[in-house]
Amino acid sequence: MKEVNITINDIKVSVPENYTVLEAAREVDIEIPTLCHLNLHDLKAVNRSASCRVCVVEVEGRGPLSPSCSTYVSEGMVIRTNTPRAVKARRTMVELLLSDHPKDCLTCEKNQHCDLQRLAADLGVREIEYVGEQSTYEQDNSSYSIFRNLDKCVLCRRCETMCNEIQTCGILSGMDRGFETVVGPAFGLPMIDTMCTFCGQCVAVCPTAALTEISNVRQVWDAINDPEKFVVVQTAPAVRVALGEEFGMEPGTIVTGKMAAALRRMGFDRIFDTDFAADLTIIEEASELIHRVKHGGRLPILTSCCPAWVKFFEHQFPDLLDIPSTCKSPHEMFGAIVKTYYAEKFNIDPKKMVVVSVMPCLAKKYEAARPELGSDGMQNVDYVISTREAAKMIKEAGINFVNLPDEDFDNPLGESTGASIIFGATGGVIEAALRTACDWLTGESLEEIDYHQLRGLEGIREGSVKIGDKEFKIGIAHGLGNARKLLEDIRAGKTEYHAIEIMACPGGCIGGGGQPYHQGDSEIIKKRAAAIYREDMGKTKRKSHENVNVMKLYDEYLGEHYGEKAHKLLHTKYQKRELI
Amino acid sequence: MSTKKQLRIALKNCGVIDPENIEEYIARDGYMAMANILTDMTPEDVIDELKKSGLRGRGGGGFPTGLKLELARKNQGKKKYIVCNADEGDPGAFMDRSILEGDPHAVLEAMAICGYAVGASNGYIYIRAEYPLAIERLKIALKQAYKLGLIGKNILGSSFSFDIEMKYGAGAFVCGEETALINSIEGNRGEPHFKPPYPAEKGLWNMPTTVNNVETLANIPTIFNMGAAKFAKIGTKTSKGTKVFALAGNVNKVGLVEVPMGTTLREIVFDIGGGITDGKGFKAVQTGGPSGGCIPAQFLDVPIDYESLKEIGSMMGSGGMIIMDENTCMVDIAKYYLEFTTDESCGKCTACRIGNKRLYEILQKITDGTGTEEDLVKLKELGEIIKDTSLCGLGQSAPNPVLSTMKYFYDEYEAHVKDKTCPAGICSSLTKYEIVKDKCIGCTLCAKACPAACIIGKVREPHVIDQDKCIKCGACYKACKFDAITKS
Repeated sequence: MKEVNITINDIKVSVPENYTVLEAAREVDIEIPTLCHLNLHDLKAVNRSASCRVCVVEVEGRGPLSPSCSTYVSEGMVIRTNTPRAVKARRTMVELLLSDHPKDCLTCEKNQHCDLQRLAADLGVREIEYVGEQSTYEQDNSSYSIFRNLDKCVLCRRCETMCNEIQTCGILSGMDRGFETVVGPAFGLPMIDTMCTFCGQCVAVCPTAALTEISNVRQVWDAINDPEKFVVVQTAPAVRVALGEEFGMEPGTIVTGKMAAALRRMGFDRIFDTDFAADLTIIEEASELIHRVKHGGRLPILTSCCPAWVKFFEHQFPDLLDIPSTCKSPHEMFGAIVKTYYAEKFNIDPKKMVVVSVMPCLAKKYEAARPELGSDGMQNVDYVISTREAAKMIKEAGINFVNLPDEDFDNPLGESTGASIIFGATGGVIEAALRTACDWLTGESLEEIDYHQLRGLEGIREGSVKIGDKEFKIGIAHGLGNARKLLEDIRAGKTEYHAIEIMACPGGCIGGGGQPYHQGDSEIIKKRAAAIYREDMGKTKRKSHENVNVMKLYDEYLGEHYGEKAHKLLHTKYQKRELI
Repeated sequence: MSTKKQLRIALKNCGVIDPENIEEYIARDGYMAMANILTDMTPEDVIDELKKSGLRGRGGGGFPTGLKLELARKNQGKKKYIVCNADEGDPGAFMDRSILEGDPHAVLEAMAICGYAVGASNGYIYIRAEYPLAIERLKIALKQAYKLGLIGKNILGSSFSFDIEMKYGAGAFVCGEETALINSIEGNRGEPHFKPPYPAEKGLWNMPTTVNNVETLANIPTIFNMGAAKFAKIGTKTSKGTKVFALAGNVNKVGLVEVPMGTTLREIVFDIGGGITDGKGFKAVQTGGPSGGCIPAQFLDVPIDYESLKEIGSMMGSGGMIIMDENTCMVDIAKYYLEFTTDESCGKCTACRIGNKRLYEILQKITDGTGTEEDLVKLKELGEIIKDTSLCGLGQSAPNPVLSTMKYFYDEYEAHVKDKTCPAGICSSLTKYEIVKDKCIGCTLCAKACPAACIIGKVREPHVIDQDKCIKCGACYKACKFDAITKS
């Protein structure tokens, strides 16, 4: 890339010509505050709406101030970032935003996680000079997943970029004009009536509390405190590599043991691991794949662990409903097993059981409420709380998380293998499935089980794996925009994949909408991914079919893999949904 | 309207030819410029000629048209586009509509010439749907031009092909801003984006695009027919040719006028417009549409062009010109324009969405009689920051009516704030109606006219206005035949 010479605050620097003024300033350690700007480099997600006008700077020779996030450098450019004119304009923008923003920081969901709050503090805003009408909108809590409180929206449009450009769902867009401008679904529909997948990426990037999760914290506390209830908690793989961040620990710290200890101290009756069910999912999914291959079933098979992805294809690709695996997602399988096998085995009334899932995901909340994922008047899973909500509960319980000793999950549903842990990162599910499928198809116990070619953060990846004399073509996509590309190729008959893994969130579950806010730092997601693979490497058993208790479950209860009872409890069906 | 001092270039065929008959256009040298260009000139020649003419964009920005075409020509792209901006939205301005209704072929011919110059084979006319007659005439014109091979494939047997399509705008003022307009054609929300990239680099569907206003285009065929050098002799040093203004407000003759650049405001208002209605005094003229500025009498003799208008705190804009008489309240006028721009803001950037709203609210306070001197300081400060910080031209110019009236009519602002009076007697909250006891004969006309039933008194006895209930509508003031009611 050609470099250009520029001067920022009298510092001469040479930077690539495709740099923005903001990027150039950061090269020389000059901080320019931003609000609407978001650049998740590795995920190729950039919001450059230049709408907040907080990052304005003076560029010599240009009339009005320039937004540094979207002004590209050019040869000889002279920039000043901290002149009284720029600083005053910047402060005024923040004051104006605050003048149209509720001042309920103390009780706000995003208190201490709010970009606007931090910006106001950084700029030393102590009073708001301009007062006037404040926008009020009806709150939207229609869905099980996403809470919209547009009184707090700063029109940064990050959610739109995520929803439209990265996820290609097009649910959120700007509406109306002037002071009444608002971001929302077409025709002002409530979220539940739209084709929103509830992936929660809008929530993940919202700088304020305009978009947050619908909380289930109170219901979970009520269940824990109800002596009649037997409350079982399960935790998804991605939670253990991110939860520590909420307690000031380094991103990528593995806190599996502390998490189990904390949940036990909170009062859950059993602390189980969704990873157990992930191993179970692999047994079923690998069996389904082999069944399709042997019986000439439709290929490719698509993973179905991700509820946002499931809702996406129900709306957008209803003609392809026979392609995805019929396997329920792991936490739903888990719920089904707890309320049948476990309940019977330990003689507990399943009606008194409450299954709580701790998930990195907001779509899981919607998924748990899907009527087909339950039976006998019981849902497989009763409540889903996000990683963030779990952290809040731990704090509320007065638990000193950082100093907790490591504890184990309860058995038998706490056992897991390395294969189940990597479910948390993009490519992990398919890698786990291959570890089992290869062993089964070759009849050997293969030692080369690290499929590095399937890992990484590239949006669409592919690889081929030779099993015996057969070549298996694998596709992987994360982010729904990438998923759409793969699905369109399948629809057009252009691909020859045997199996495809799709995760709705960029990075996979570790980048889920319920994870600790990454505040626009994609390094955090990379560190979580590294931790996932570290945890896998640390396990002695790294193949799902080596999970003794899973195998025992088949022996004692389910019977054959992919068999009749397994179908009843562990598989689901999909339905065509409207495009709106 | 007096034709003296007027010179018609953009409007030369309007009202002269039957716009639904292509032959009448051809008879007045129509499509001749295009024919000559296609046979004798290279695209570079066309651009050079336009540069020599000194033609600048008539839509508001005043960017040199030749240079605009040159940039689009130089930028690489699989396709290129010519867009005609017919989203005329300034209240009271209708020059584009008149041209489209009266001389649609001039616009089509000019678009084809621009297409040839930049290497574009497709053009769009973005026209507001509220202009049904203009749309109808354009459709007829397009059909006729296609039939004669003047638009379409291999125009006049040359290798140049150019198609034109129409897109209808839904009436958002901001869609007159070129990047918002392009978004709207693409089917996206009509809101601007930060420039650069300019449309000449990444415009419609990310391809090099030239957006020209209707009036600008209407000048182009004539420039080639009369010769750029001759055209460049009209006007001032920096602004060549003529400009159409839409004269409106308290002026005796309202309507469109086309004058050479450099004509003074006095010539337009008094010589052409016939002066102020009812023999009242001139107070100000507002140019440049809702986001232009108000120019006081002291500048009546300034020869107007792009630069001079900017210097005196206003702008050319699309050529709206609203004349105000001595009974106009300048604070109220600033509030009126700001209400329009606040409503029409796309809401994208903070400065315009919230800033202009706050500016409006301060003006509201002042006209309500609750403004403070501190508000005047804030008004100016905030107005300047909005100008400096907004994303697009709408936001950057929205505070102009406020800032220009503050500059030239500050005493009126002070009167509202310090004395709690409106010198023009317009701001109702600051107006008080009273009945002079000695003059009132108790005829009851005022009480009958009062919609708030707040005038009390017996027949043939002096009446009294209940000030708490009075809504300051002035109905009693108009009804009284004995000058017994005072307004203060």
